[in-house]
Amino acid sequence: MASTPTREVARRVFAREFNDASYTFKESDDDRAPVYVLLPTGQRANRVFLVGTLTETEDVGEDSEYWQGRVVDPNGDTFFMYAGQYQPDAASMLRELEPPAYVAVVGKPRTYETDEGEVNVSIRPESISEVDEATRDRWVVETAERTLDRVKRYKEADMEDPATDEYIAMADEEYEQLSIENYRQSVVGALESLQDEQAEASAD
Amino acid sequence: MTESDLRTHATEIHEQFSDQLQIDVDDVVERLDTLVNDYQVPISEARRSVVNTYLDEAGMDRDQLGGGDGGGNEQVNVADVDAPEEWVDVRATVVELWEPRADAVAQVGLLGDETGTIKFTKWSKSDLPSLEEGKSYALRNVVTDEYQGRFSVKLNRTTTIEELDEEIEVGDDSVEAEGALVDIQSGSGLIKRCPEDDCTRVLQNGRCSEHGEVEGEFDLRIKGVLDDGEEVTEVIFDEEATEELTGISLEEGKEMAMDALDTTVVADEMRQKILGRYYRVRGPTFGRYLLADEQERLTGAVDADEILIKARSI
Repeated sequence: MASTPTREVARRVFAREFNDASYTFKESDDDRAPVYVLLPTGQRANRVFLVGTLTETEDVGEDSEYWQGRVVDPNGDTFFMYAGQYQPDAASMLRELEPPAYVAVVGKPRTYETDEGEVNVSIRPESISEVDEATRDRWVVETAERTLDRVKRYKEADMEDPATDEYIAMADEEYEQLSIENYRQSVVGALESLQDEQAEASAD
Repeated sequence: MTESDLRTHATEIHEQFSDQLQIDVDDVVERLDTLVNDYQVPISEARRSVVNTYLDEAGMDRDQLGGGDGGGNEQVNVADVDAPEEWVDVRATVVELWEPRADAVAQVGLLGDETGTIKFTKWSKSDLPSLEEGKSYALRNVVTDEYQGRFSVKLNRTTTIEELDEEIEVGDDSVEAEGALVDIQSGSGLIKRCPEDDCTRVLQNGRCSEHGEVEGEFDLRIKGVLDDGEEVTEVIFDEEATEELTGISLEEGKEMAMDALDTTVVADEMRQKILGRYYRVRGPTFGRYLLADEQERLTGAVDADEILIKARSI
């Protein structure tokens, strides 16, 4: 199909891996070319979809409203999101929602370098909606599956082979100090916590 | 591409012109060779280019071109048509005939075979016998076409139509998509359509792009995006599907809009009800959209055991 620009897929990633994704890049020099963060498991992401527990909202703006939301995944790791006047729908959701609540968030990864030279990764939400626990559970299993697929592909890749997927090779190069094992552990941790919750629920 | 492959293509092109024009196979090979091996043009594009050159030289229309001796075309299933301007044969049943909107069109409608359905057009000037709804035909020498990602076939004056004794069964071409609903696009919610006969265009600021300012008729629809983390599917839910999905009927939507003096409140309300949830949708495709016939919210318990075992083992 000729020239319809394709919509970017929303990647599924746990907070631990997302917050490690500090390396950003573009695929072309065009000003409007999409910006990607590189997930440490070797996939590019221009959009993410996540479901978790909104634990805190705060207006951190000085002159105008600028809402920060904290959304926690089953491992207890936190996604940070910021919505201001250019994300009116998401900002008003953050203003109105009462934590704790399960929320589904679609958004774009953004990185910010602090004065100390550390790179913070956050989300600029396109939409936030309140959802139920079943939706959260489905997201956890789905995200575990997608993450595990990436971990597996990464582990099986031969970095010496020039035919290796370019994003895996890029991750190998950009994130030397990070261990892929962490992300396998977030998969195990998230699923175990889900099973514990389900066991408790059925024991009640 | 090897010399002998090129020669096969060249011979086929030679056959297409054999009735009308004396062309030299070696000359065709040379032209194809330049395009394919020097300029790295795909063979299908090279063939087009070479055929066009000969058509120009002879002052002929593409319509007058034969498909060789009739046996030269590939017989294709309608679901496999994926490129325009290819000469093919199809065996299909006429599923529907539509009212032609222009005098130049003799018949227009839908053909179907085991793999699905495809639109066909038969031109008046081609002077072909009439096709009947429900009957099956072998259609030789039809040309594929594309408009906004949708494929069709066009019958032309070299097309032969043979009615078949057997009935070609028409298959279901619906597809299924599953994922989180990550976006509801503009043009969703309570919309107005042009009331003119046969025009159902959605109005923009009270205007139809064809009929200008009109008194629109209200309708409900959602243009949504399902995303499973690997690919996205754009889905259109019609009035009935939208009501099933959101619990908001057309009447309720109109009341909401009336109370708020604003139609956008309907889409906003719908967003809150369905964004971020998981759905499975089935239906036929229309261009880049899947038209939802059936939809289901995915709420059932999901099994973590299998993935957990896998995660522990690697």
